[in-house]
Amino acid sequence: MEFNFLQSLPAIAPEIGLTVMAVVVLLLDVYLPESKRRNVGFVAGFGMLATAAAYFFLWAPTLETQGLYWGGNIRHDTLAEIFKIMVLIAGAITCFIGVDAKSLARRGEFFLIIIVSSLGATLMAGATDLIMVILALETTTIPLYVLAAFRRDDTRSAESGMKYFLFGSFASAILLYGISLLYGFTGHTNLYDIAAFLGTEAFSSNAVPVLISIALIITGFGFKISAVPFHFWTPDVYEGAPTPVTAFLSVASKAASFSLLVRFFLAVFPLGLVIDGLTISSFWIQTVAALAVISMTFGNLLALWQKNIKRLLAYSSIAQAGYILMGVAALSTESGTSVAAIGFYLFMYTFTNLLAFGVIVYFSEATGSENIRDLAGLSRRNPMLALAFTIALLSLAGIPPAAGFFGKFFLFQAAVEANLTWLAIIGVLNAIVALYYYLVVIKVMYVDHGDYEEMEIPVSRAGGAVLAVASLAVVLLGTILTTPFFEWAARGAEALFRIVQG
Amino acid sequence: MEAIGFPVISLIIFIPIVAAVIILFIPREQGDLIKGIAITAAASVFALSLFVYLNYNARVDDISANQAALLSEAGRDSELLQLNLAVSSQSASVLAGQSMTGTQMFHDGLAFQERVEWLPALGISYHVGVDGLNAPMVLLTGMVAVAGVLVSWRITDRTREFMAFFLLLVAGVYGVFVAIDMFLLFFFYELAIFPMYLLIATWGWAQLREYAAMKLTLYILIGSVVALVGVIAMVLVAQNYFLNEGAAVFATAKDAGILPQSASELSFSMTQITLAAENGAFNVAGYAGVESLTFAKLWFPFIFIGFGVLAGVFPFHNWSPDGHVAAPTAVSMIHAGVLMKLGAYAALRSGVQLLPQGAEVHLPWIVFLTLVNVVYGAFIAFRQRDFKYVIGFSSVSHMGLVSMGFATMNLTGMTGAGLQMFSHGAMTALFFGCVGMVYDRAHTRDIPSLGGFIKIMPWVGFAFIVGGLTSMGMPGLSGFISEFPIFQGMWRASESVSLSLGPFNLSNYYSIMVIIAALGIIITAAYVLRVTSQVFFGDFDRQKYPDVDDITVRERFVLIFLGTPLVLLGTLPFIMAPMLETGLRPVLALLGGA
Repeated sequence: MEFNFLQSLPAIAPEIGLTVMAVVVLLLDVYLPESKRRNVGFVAGFGMLATAAAYFFLWAPTLETQGLYWGGNIRHDTLAEIFKIMVLIAGAITCFIGVDAKSLARRGEFFLIIIVSSLGATLMAGATDLIMVILALETTTIPLYVLAAFRRDDTRSAESGMKYFLFGSFASAILLYGISLLYGFTGHTNLYDIAAFLGTEAFSSNAVPVLISIALIITGFGFKISAVPFHFWTPDVYEGAPTPVTAFLSVASKAASFSLLVRFFLAVFPLGLVIDGLTISSFWIQTVAALAVISMTFGNLLALWQKNIKRLLAYSSIAQAGYILMGVAALSTESGTSVAAIGFYLFMYTFTNLLAFGVIVYFSEATGSENIRDLAGLSRRNPMLALAFTIALLSLAGIPPAAGFFGKFFLFQAAVEANLTWLAIIGVLNAIVALYYYLVVIKVMYVDHGDYEEMEIPVSRAGGAVLAVASLAVVLLGTILTTPFFEWAARGAEALFRIVQG
Repeated sequence: MEAIGFPVISLIIFIPIVAAVIILFIPREQGDLIKGIAITAAASVFALSLFVYLNYNARVDDISANQAALLSEAGRDSELLQLNLAVSSQSASVLAGQSMTGTQMFHDGLAFQERVEWLPALGISYHVGVDGLNAPMVLLTGMVAVAGVLVSWRITDRTREFMAFFLLLVAGVYGVFVAIDMFLLFFFYELAIFPMYLLIATWGWAQLREYAAMKLTLYILIGSVVALVGVIAMVLVAQNYFLNEGAAVFATAKDAGILPQSASELSFSMTQITLAAENGAFNVAGYAGVESLTFAKLWFPFIFIGFGVLAGVFPFHNWSPDGHVAAPTAVSMIHAGVLMKLGAYAALRSGVQLLPQGAEVHLPWIVFLTLVNVVYGAFIAFRQRDFKYVIGFSSVSHMGLVSMGFATMNLTGMTGAGLQMFSHGAMTALFFGCVGMVYDRAHTRDIPSLGGFIKIMPWVGFAFIVGGLTSMGMPGLSGFISEFPIFQGMWRASESVSLSLGPFNLSNYYSIMVIIAALGIIITAAYVLRVTSQVFFGDFDRQKYPDVDDITVRERFVLIFLGTPLVLLGTLPFIMAPMLETGLRPVLALLGGA
């Protein structure tokens, strides 16, 4: 493979953009006078949006340019494009939400760290080499440990950071061990080379080491995407971290982890791989299906008892991970519906969850409370904020016209297509349980009368704008924009299944 | 057969949505403007619905003649009076030949169609249209929408949100009725759920609303999502069929213009699934690895009862009385009046029409559930002290008759069921209107403590009596016109329907059931008369109810508006019955009625 520098650049265009921005934001934060410091957030946010736009319009992968770049480290394809843009949008919205957040005390480092973490997440979306996988994963999560403990004076935040760090590094270690086993047995680091080696005669004798490494890798990813039983850290970290940070880590790192999970499994352990008479794919598919069932069920059942809105959303996000895992389990057919469904789901989930957490940022800054009970009467105190939160919750619950309806529908469709009708049934029953606790929150906002009825909830103009845009995006993704985005995701799925050329 | 230059059906769906969005952005102080927009929107969709209904009614004769020709061509009795099991359950396999009489009839009956591809990759399109079955439902929805806005005139707590959510609910209901694409049907079905929850939970009766709203929402959603999985599976089975054995049928249907040329094998279009059903695609033995199981046999109960939950099918009727009682008047009206029909309609469309072979197997036992509905509902209604609960349980009882009409599987009974849907819709909306008007002024619904109200509000008393007589099945009112054919159809079905339970074979039991059901009507008469005498007659106690005054002109209009169709349909049944027959013949043709 001949190395062509210029042709290789588009594959890492977002990463280059983010690196430049990181430097710019760092300098601005140091040299801007105190009074103008607020603008750093806008620079970061718009910069990320500009990067996404430039990448999408100028350097998006086409059929000709798709392929492996940078010595087989990075795959430049539509699936990577989707997830990179998702991460950039998530980062941008987080920056806008964070601009006025008192909990961040307007410190410029916040934006810098978000940018660096996004850099890691975008790398994850395209990584095709074990080394790159680990590198990208750590670049994403280490900044998030810092962010979770961003409010050093607040014990909850410090605890959150510590917990996240301990669990996260533990997960990384397990993942690393699984990956090192894989390297040890095959002698390759490139995912496609490993797959090719596993498929050869030389490796047809014994499936056990492969199964062990799969189990370890699933465990590692399970922590990152907070699937049950690897979810323990999630509620505490979500609750303790400053809300804008929670928002970011609930979408960006999760989306990137899922993209990596799908790519990793399909590349290294493709559907047709048989070792020692054992179809490897059926092993990981069954494991993932089991994880999906318990994540959905436990996440939803535990969410029923929550009093704190951030903990509720934490458990809800565990359940959401379960739904997406259902899509991963549906990979057993070659049809692209499942990958497209995962892509669409995460795309709409990005907007939905950021919208939900965005509302919580403004609510808790004004009232100092994160209790569900204190949301009482929100529809009278700030009708638009209540409406935005309602849209977000409906989307999470999967009720049209919010995008969540289509998101869930695609996942169920994929599951039924893959002959996993039982899984789809469990999924829909879980959706009912989930609807209960989302509706309770909506009821509190619209029906209940609380102690803080008179308290105004101010939303800054920037905040109002970003929440409005996100609400609109959620509704549009659920109605007229569904088709283009689903088709985009379907193209991503095709790209994933296309055999890699040199 | 399109002659209309503008998208009527889409206007009917989107006018309420647009109005709701506009209303949400009006400052809340401008109550009159908000109500003005709401009533304008409701009135204009009613006008459009009436236009659609009348326009379709004008074509009914042609469609009927066309259907008779098609049926005789296929060698079938155009009256479709009996279910002929010998024809229908030939064998559990794909039919060798091609049959598309039923599909053709369904396709020909559709008017005002609009079709836009929505998600071609998954065979989802925005496809709406009207046939003889849903045109009356569209009209009913329009009526109740207008009446609902008018009776909510005095709502002062967040009028803006109330009207906006009410209009969204109306739009969702319309969408379900006119959807010809199964996905679209689900989309609107779920769309209606959230406004309904919020309307009941926020503006309902304070003692019960949160519990009732949540119960209702979860009940209805469980049924529908299970049905959703069934429909997804159904679509995939149909796709598989069209890709393999059914490729020839698919091509023929395309050439005959039944399916659009661009149709792909994967499609949520009802026409296409009907075609697969007619050719036995869901009747292949060995589904899910079980030898005697077919897709239709397995999934019919889940889909039919899944939607039947919303129609109050026993034992899943439990949400309905609580929901109706807890809801504010307008929502009770639309809920009992229209939403329960929505469940019955969806059960008929996606259960009986799309899985006819399943209907033949399962409806003979589901009829027992409907009998329980009819009799048990009436008994419970008789025992209630709360005025509104009486009406709530009476809905359960009457909706049982609708499902019972479906279970006859012949034209007489099903037409009766269709008429009953419309008749009960208008009647129960009228009832809830009356209850609301009494409650607004007396602030109690306790029957024993009310009395003599006809002296103060004669209009309400009169309207209630008309509704009551309708509900008892008095000739000259629509109740008779709809209940009589149901009983007749049951009697007629008695000889053709049988139920095998292992070694036991039940036959001729429909005639026994119809006798019991007819006795249920006597209980209906009993509770109607009891309520009428206790609430409206007797002495009026001025000391107890110092503030009770007569109803306003607006409320009188509501009563007349809802009461008129009961009389009209009762005296002139031909304004609706032939139309329903054209809508039902395709369904019956699939049921092997010959």
